[in-house]
Amino acid sequence: MSAPAMGTTKTAHSDVAPKKKRGPGALATAYLVIYNVVMTAGWLVIAVGLVRAYLARGSYHGLYYTIEKPLKFFQTGALLEVSGIVPSSVVLTGFQVLSRVFLTWAVTHSVREVQNEDSVLLFVSAWTITEIIRYSFYTFSLLNHLPYLIKWARYTFFLVLYPMGVTGELLTVYAALPYVQKTGLYSVTLPNKYNFSFDYHTFLILTMVSYIPLFPQLYFHMMRQRKKVLCHVEEYKTE
Amino acid sequence: MDTLALEAKANGQEKKSSAPRPRPKPPKKAKRIVYFEVEIMDAKTKEKLLLLDKVEPTSTILDIKALFHKSNPQWYPARQSLRLDPKGKGLKDEDILQTLPVGTTASFYFSDLGAQIAWGTVFLSECYGPLLIYLMFYFRLPFIYAPKYDFSSSKHWVVHLACMCHSFHYVKRILETLFIHRISHGTMPLRNIFKNCSYYWCFAAWMAYYINHPLYTPPYYGQQQVKTALIIFLFCQVGNFSINITLRNLKCPGSKVKKIPHPTKNPFTWIFALVSCPNYTYELGSWMGFTVMTQCLPVAFFTIVGFVLMTVWARGKHRNYRKEFHDYPTLRSPILPFIL
Repeated sequence: MSAPAMGTTKTAHSDVAPKKKRGPGALATAYLVIYNVVMTAGWLVIAVGLVRAYLARGSYHGLYYTIEKPLKFFQTGALLEVSGIVPSSVVLTGFQVLSRVFLTWAVTHSVREVQNEDSVLLFVSAWTITEIIRYSFYTFSLLNHLPYLIKWARYTFFLVLYPMGVTGELLTVYAALPYVQKTGLYSVTLPNKYNFSFDYHTFLILTMVSYIPLFPQLYFHMMRQRKKVLCHVEEYKTE
Repeated sequence: MDTLALEAKANGQEKKSSAPRPRPKPPKKAKRIVYFEVEIMDAKTKEKLLLLDKVEPTSTILDIKALFHKSNPQWYPARQSLRLDPKGKGLKDEDILQTLPVGTTASFYFSDLGAQIAWGTVFLSECYGPLLIYLMFYFRLPFIYAPKYDFSSSKHWVVHLACMCHSFHYVKRILETLFIHRISHGTMPLRNIFKNCSYYWCFAAWMAYYINHPLYTPPYYGQQQVKTALIIFLFCQVGNFSINITLRNLKCPGSKVKKIPHPTKNPFTWIFALVSCPNYTYELGSWMGFTVMTQCLPVAFFTIVGFVLMTVWARGKHRNYRKEFHDYPTLRSPILPFIL
């Protein structure tokens, strides 16, 4: 087969902050406001659940079970964001949502033995705080009443929360490795009718390795966004 | 005898006996060639990069690109895109200056297409890779499978057949690239060679690993399945070849005139009545045959991904045909008759 001649230049995807110029129509806006309010509320429920459980038990251990169901529900619900209606880069958002859903279901849910690990609490708390800020940011932006505090929080908290979340995620995957190898979870070996094999253990290791090129790119992208958004506002304020 | 007749005789037989007297030449009108002035600006920054004066009105865009290359040696003509409008489409190399909608001072916007590579180089690398990689797995070179299998041979005859088919497919493509294909664009961006080679080479390695594996399981329906699949594969290979020959015969060497392909006497080309890009249709058929022949899931994945890509290309070509020719047959679909 012949490949198409002359590649075309790819236009860069729009940045993460919602554009006010090309705003969605009235119906779409209503849908988005409801979506973002529901998601903010959902993650608040998870946050409150974590705090209450911690206060009740007096330790960090085993807090995953108290918020397991809402976590699964609301993190999976974020798949709706990849539809492209929500004003943010489809590629970046899609990638982030898929990796979160992968960690929630294919690692934490599937490998019961890691559910007691502290690393799970580490990434769950990072996700919770990030998502509460992010969804309230979207909600207020859509209603055109964005408090500077929320915008500042969104573009500043990630500096700590992002590495925190990544650390929690990597430690969890690492903890899952021996169990996956022992049980052959999600793995297919030869010989079989379809002449195919898949080793989930190796796949998880490759996933961990992929963080090395990908995490810095996302982190620096957010830092660039931070400069653009926060410095621009300051300029505007001083005028 | 008068002098004129003497002269006429002396000048030989080839001259007519009565040479007509030369008419007085009309006074020569000075031919006014309107020279063009060409201004080249950067498409993004709009800064003036070059001003050419005394440009022949009959020069082509390629000539102007050559002149631009002289003053900017890092941008060879294949890398240049010249446009009338900074956001518009690039002008073709063969467009002539005086036919363009410009005044006597023509302004072009330049953008750098990036490092370019000849399409032939890309196609050949794409095809040599899978050919050699598959053979490495077929001959079970060391470090691929367990050491006890090194240089061993599979006991299933379908594995040998698959190697022959796979190799035949890529040898055919290499020969077509060298002798048959006529591509209108001379080059493509350099990054394409990395993209395309990764795609072909990785998939080839993935497929070859399983088909030539010591624990390979032959097709469920045995000989019947393999024989049927082989017939489909060969049929589609001949079909694909016929289409490539037909498309080559459409274009005269060097000409860039586009023509609508039509069914010829060769029955394999009759599919042109229903499909715009039957070369892709036959290619899909070949890989479906190969999938059934080997009953290997990675081959099925490769076929599916290839199908998606070829459908995108076929639809693009189909759209171009319909835009270019108003009388384009409406019965035709891009890749699958009546469906896609």
